[in-house]
Amino acid sequence: MRHFPEQLGRRAMLGLEELGYVMVLLAESIGWLFLGHSRRQPVRAAAIFHEAMQIGVQAIPIVSMLCFAVGVMLAIQGIETLKTFGAESKVVIGIALSVTREFSPLIVAVLVAGRSGSAIAARIGTMQESQEIDALRVIGISPIRYLAAPLMVATLIALPTLTILGDFVGLFGGAIFTAIKLNITISTYFLRCIEILTLEDVGQGLVKSVVFAFIISLVGISNGFQVKGGAEGVGRATTRSVVLSISLIILADMIFTFFMNR
Amino acid sequence: MAMETVIEVKELFTHYGERAILKGINLSVARGEIMVIMGGSGSGKSTLLRHLLGLNRPSAGVIRLLGRDINKMSELEMHGLRREMGVAFQGGALFGSMTVGQNVCLPLMEHTQLDEKTMRIMARMKLEVVNLAGFENLMPSELSGGMIKRAALARAVVMDPKILFFDEPSAGLDPVVSAELDELILKLRQAMGMTIVVVTHELESAFKIADRITVLDEGEILITGTVEQVQNSDNIRVQNLLHRRPRRDPIDGDEYLRRLTD
Repeated sequence: MRHFPEQLGRRAMLGLEELGYVMVLLAESIGWLFLGHSRRQPVRAAAIFHEAMQIGVQAIPIVSMLCFAVGVMLAIQGIETLKTFGAESKVVIGIALSVTREFSPLIVAVLVAGRSGSAIAARIGTMQESQEIDALRVIGISPIRYLAAPLMVATLIALPTLTILGDFVGLFGGAIFTAIKLNITISTYFLRCIEILTLEDVGQGLVKSVVFAFIISLVGISNGFQVKGGAEGVGRATTRSVVLSISLIILADMIFTFFMNR
Repeated sequence: MAMETVIEVKELFTHYGERAILKGINLSVARGEIMVIMGGSGSGKSTLLRHLLGLNRPSAGVIRLLGRDINKMSELEMHGLRREMGVAFQGGALFGSMTVGQNVCLPLMEHTQLDEKTMRIMARMKLEVVNLAGFENLMPSELSGGMIKRAALARAVVMDPKILFFDEPSAGLDPVVSAELDELILKLRQAMGMTIVVVTHELESAFKIADRITVLDEGEILITGTVEQVQNSDNIRVQNLLHRRPRRDPIDGDEYLRRLTD
């Protein structure tokens, strides 16, 4: 028990150290993006494109499915709850706002964290273990520029794009159930949505998704680079990066929602 | 004849946390020389290699490659120097997502402005040298252990470096393949006049290829000399290593008891 303060102190130091590491990672990635050309080591568009395919395009089916389900779920709950006040017709407001502001960015981010955040950590971790990262460095290729920067940019492109897709599919899911239950046409539903939604609502979701993209890529990359201890280490880093990024996403979401709705 | 010194290490001290790994290493390698760094596991030979490659920063001491202090260089200067050095890692460290040919081409793509066809021809030439002609379209996972080492060697020499570092060429290979690799190292020196540093614990291969051998034990250099000088050394630790004798450190009874009970 007497070790508790010591443990706490050590943990805090480690946490701070990691935060510092992540900040340096971020700064260096941005540095390579803008100064890479002058150092004759540009961040290659092909690499960004390749990663964006994996992180973004290949996630489209699953993102669509989940956002659709969330839309339907919101419609069910909304109609059920509003029935008590006899205000079922107001359900569209609820669906439109919660999908664009909250659920679409959140679901997309959690999904990408599970799908790609883990893959990023595992891939970089494996490369670290097999000395491929060292090999890059001795060839004269900065691993930050070659691996980290393209991943970061790709995530920053993929997440907001997927979020916009999620908005549409989520609203559509709500539309299907609402149309059947309340006997209105789908086009009426969408016309209502357009009336209700402002650019700010959609923008709020997109701003969040950009923040989530930073979280997912930085957590995945930094955990990958810090892998030690063979296959077990890679596994640990993968798990840690998923748990950490999902936790940070939800915390960041809460903070953002608080400040953006004041 | 005064030989040009290509690698010079002066009073190199390094630590891993609190523990001292290298304790005052002095070493110099002349142009065109094959220097073998030998030692058991934990002797610090891998650490010394990492420092020579500029992957780690020493606690104290100077490392000069081609006359320039690598720890005082700017990143851009270091990048330039990397063109002059090639490294073949222990496990090959080939990039798993690229074919053998792309692996060998990578240094060319990063350091030169050659067109793709020229690069491909140059890569093929090096693959010919290491007897891997026709394997360029295979993935590293499809190669055997010996082939991976040879492919890694081809990647290391594709820029015609002035210095070649080779980490454990014969580790994990059968005697025939490992003898072939020794031949290959000698052939490379003869053909390209490279300065070669080989880190190994294999006696036979060391005696075959070395101009001079440095024996490292517990972070200190026991002896640096020609094969003959090392074989005739009367240092007991050198002789232990050469004759595969287990260490017989004198046992201190009090010290032993204290270690157990403390």
